[in-house]
Amino acid sequence: MKEEALAKLQILAESAKYDVSCASSGTTRKSKAGGIGNTAGWGICHSFTEDGRCVSLLKIMLTNYCIYDCAYCINRRSNDIRRATFSVDELVELTIEFYRRNYIEGLFLSSGVINNPDYTMERMVRVIKELRTTHRFNGYIHMKSIPGCSQQLVHEAGLYADRLSVNIEIPTEKNLKLLAPEKSHESVFKPMQFIQQGMLENAEERKKSRYVQRFVPAGQSTQMIVGATDESDKQILKTSDYLYNQPGMKRVYYSGFVPVNSYDNRLPALKQPPLVRENRLYQADWLLRFYEFKVDEIVDDNHPDLDLEIDPKLSWALRHPEFFPVDINKAEYRDLLRVPGIGVKSAKLIVVSRRYSRLNARDLKKIGIVMKKAQYFITCNELSGLNTVSDTSPEYVRSLLVPKKKGQKQPDLQQMSLIFPE
Amino acid sequence: MIVFRYDKTFEGLLTAIFDAYNRNTFPVKLLSSDEIEPLFVDACHTVITDPDKAGRVWKGLEKRMMPVTRNMLSYVWLSEINGSDEAIFRYIRKVFDSKTSIEMNFADDDVLQIRTIAQKVNREKQRVIEFVRFQKTADGIFFAPIAPEHNVLPLTLEHFTDRFADQQWIIYDTKRDYGYFYNLKETTEITLDSDTLILEGKVNEELLDPNEQLFQRMWKSYFKSMAIKERINPKLHRQHLPVRFWRYLTEKQ
Repeated sequence: MKEEALAKLQILAESAKYDVSCASSGTTRKSKAGGIGNTAGWGICHSFTEDGRCVSLLKIMLTNYCIYDCAYCINRRSNDIRRATFSVDELVELTIEFYRRNYIEGLFLSSGVINNPDYTMERMVRVIKELRTTHRFNGYIHMKSIPGCSQQLVHEAGLYADRLSVNIEIPTEKNLKLLAPEKSHESVFKPMQFIQQGMLENAEERKKSRYVQRFVPAGQSTQMIVGATDESDKQILKTSDYLYNQPGMKRVYYSGFVPVNSYDNRLPALKQPPLVRENRLYQADWLLRFYEFKVDEIVDDNHPDLDLEIDPKLSWALRHPEFFPVDINKAEYRDLLRVPGIGVKSAKLIVVSRRYSRLNARDLKKIGIVMKKAQYFITCNELSGLNTVSDTSPEYVRSLLVPKKKGQKQPDLQQMSLIFPE
Repeated sequence: MIVFRYDKTFEGLLTAIFDAYNRNTFPVKLLSSDEIEPLFVDACHTVITDPDKAGRVWKGLEKRMMPVTRNMLSYVWLSEINGSDEAIFRYIRKVFDSKTSIEMNFADDDVLQIRTIAQKVNREKQRVIEFVRFQKTADGIFFAPIAPEHNVLPLTLEHFTDRFADQQWIIYDTKRDYGYFYNLKETTEITLDSDTLILEGKVNEELLDPNEQLFQRMWKSYFKSMAIKERINPKLHRQHLPVRFWRYLTEKQ
């Protein structure tokens, strides 16, 4: 490995960092004799960047040259940035040496598009094929599928990668056309369908023989940029919900728009990325996946956007006072999950512990329930429920639970503001 | 008040439980052999560790407990938290005294405490798996010093032995001054004369593989490039990456 690889690494990591996904979960693979490494099913983070994001995989681009000119992307062809391309050998060696030092779980390979989608995709597949076959690398591999590539290449990639992903980036076709005229939703959804099809066929084949090689065992994921265009949270969450209903779709990531190309006037000028909104979307996403909520319960026509002051679950609870109070000692698991301040873990603890004795407020607190919130929504042994949301009013409870603003004025996150370059 | 003295080993603790049931006296405190007795001690019994007695107690637990919760006891033992042995003692007593399983009764203080401590230890184990950083030495051994809060190295061996099966490695606990060496065949416990090998939490530079420095520089610069400066959040950063590990993390040097 030469010194010049260091410069390339810097350039190509810089270009890859706006991809949010860094999951390394979903596949368990024991090490094999003569091979390198294994994969743990739960995923392992190895470090955390200064913005608090996990570093699990070597997230890197094969090249940051690109024929496209998407407004939201740092690597668009009209940007004057340093460009570089890794050779297959360099990337393979880097992955393995990093892996051996316990820096990473594996590789997250993405790329700018050179010549045409198939040409790019073919080179990416070569990297992961080399890793898996020549070096018998058993770590995790996540590969981006290039929009517009052929089914055959997706299929080949799926044999070596644990997870494939195609980013939607912009939730509606209209806005995608505005910001990335060279792309269309069709070019994104096509590869997604290829992956899905491949997984379903593979599942059938594996029923016949367990020696059939697995195809994308950790499923696929995608990402949407939040705040670059005018979509409401309802449109975004409906899209996520649709995607989660497709077989094999494991995660939808939301990426608060970071104004990388502030000169482009198709983009809003934000003072800072919409981090609170991004956080609320993730909370809503969790409600869909782990809390048995339906998307219509979180956002509807009267509330197309999520409340930035309070989390979506509390917001639902305040809109539905008739559902409360929930009796901790009797309610079903799925009803416990609806109580603000009770999460999946504490709901499970309640269900197993209440078989022994009736639980009181002190027990709940010890188990880890956030009583500050939960007290307005539950009854148990001695909490008679006089203070609950159904007896007082949602407005009153809300006023108690909204975090108090500190002395200085909070920046208005929804308000766009102009930045004047110095 | 009755107290027991024992040698602060897990077997000793299990023998203490055997003795307590045998004598039908239950200690309020468990002391090590040289600890000073508190005031108002009526009787003090010195436990003589006996593998047979300990084995019988463990067998009893195997009959009465699920493997998951039994594992939790070993985790709690490795926590090395003050009083964790007394917590295990009280918990095992409850297991033996109750006709039905108490393992899921988290409204009980002792049951909850065992779970809480076991979770802490598990979290620390996870952190060691995450934050160990190997440095390749001139003789081809990958060496990683680390100082976990709880004594979790034994819990991580299965993971590391499976993952790094084709390279020789040493993971060394500098706080407890012992470690494990894997020689491509088996993993053995070792104690090093670490005065010359480890300096300031890092392997002595003179003993490193010639390429090692380059890869460390690459990892550092990669780590730096990954941060999005518009989103910097030092509080979250420290929450995920506790400061006590920084001296062992290549990227935080």
